[in-house]
Amino acid sequence: MAERPEDLNLPNAVITRIVKEALPDGVNISKEARSAISRAASVFVLYATSCANNFAVKGKRKTLNASDVLSAMEEMEFQRFVAPLKESLEVYRREQKGKKEARKDKDKKTDSEEQDKSREDENDDDDERMEEEEQNDEEELDN
Amino acid sequence: EGKMAARLSGGENRLVSLPLSRIRVIMKSSPEVSSINQDALFLTAKATELFVQYLATYSYKHGRGKEKNALTYSDLSHTAEECETFQFLADILPKKILASKYLKMLQKEKQDGELGEDDEDEEDEDEDET
Repeated sequence: MAERPEDLNLPNAVITRIVKEALPDGVNISKEARSAISRAASVFVLYATSCANNFAVKGKRKTLNASDVLSAMEEMEFQRFVAPLKESLEVYRREQKGKKEARKDKDKKTDSEEQDKSREDENDDDDERMEEEEQNDEEELDN
Repeated sequence: EGKMAARLSGGENRLVSLPLSRIRVIMKSSPEVSSINQDALFLTAKATELFVQYLATYSYKHGRGKEKNALTYSDLSHTAEECETFQFLADILPKKILASKYLKMLQKEKQDGELGEDDEDEEDEDEDET
């Protein structure tokens, strides 16, 4: 699957917002600086992924999990991220659990045909389920 | 925390701002990665946000630029060079030098290496700031 070059970039508007919120009021960011930070962020993702993958391989697993990413942060000398990441993860997991409950309730109320369909979905690959959930995530984020 | 509560109402204080789908594309571009669980994807996105914040604030604080009201490219490349934690960025945030300095460097190299070919220099003259 070939990715277009721009797919490996992160959205400029979001990067800009994150930077602006982090810096003191009134501080400007040159376009060049913003673009450089965006590239740095993409490189960070690649570096973190590669590092996390090493931990997964060590654990003889094919799927990257949360502890792999946290271990990667320590390895990369970003220990300062670990505590806030763990906190955010708790909130995220609660959110996801809440969504699943909501979906289950919704399914119970619909036709049996639809229920069969959702059961089929659950039998699919982890990947596909993740993509489904991702789409839901995106919908939420766009609100 | 207040921020967490605000997130529930939508708007800017959401749990993560970077789109998970895009983060996933970047992660999957690594050939050695088979699959990524949802928690790992979320953590990577969140970590990237923390990274952006850290890079920006660190560079602003330690930048040698004279501008106090701006974060510039040179602040960032200075950070990549000087701070060990950010050294993995050194290649993509190279320092810029003036073309005149670069030419002087080339000339010195030429003298040191006793190269006889002028053609090389002429081609490189077209390079401005790197």
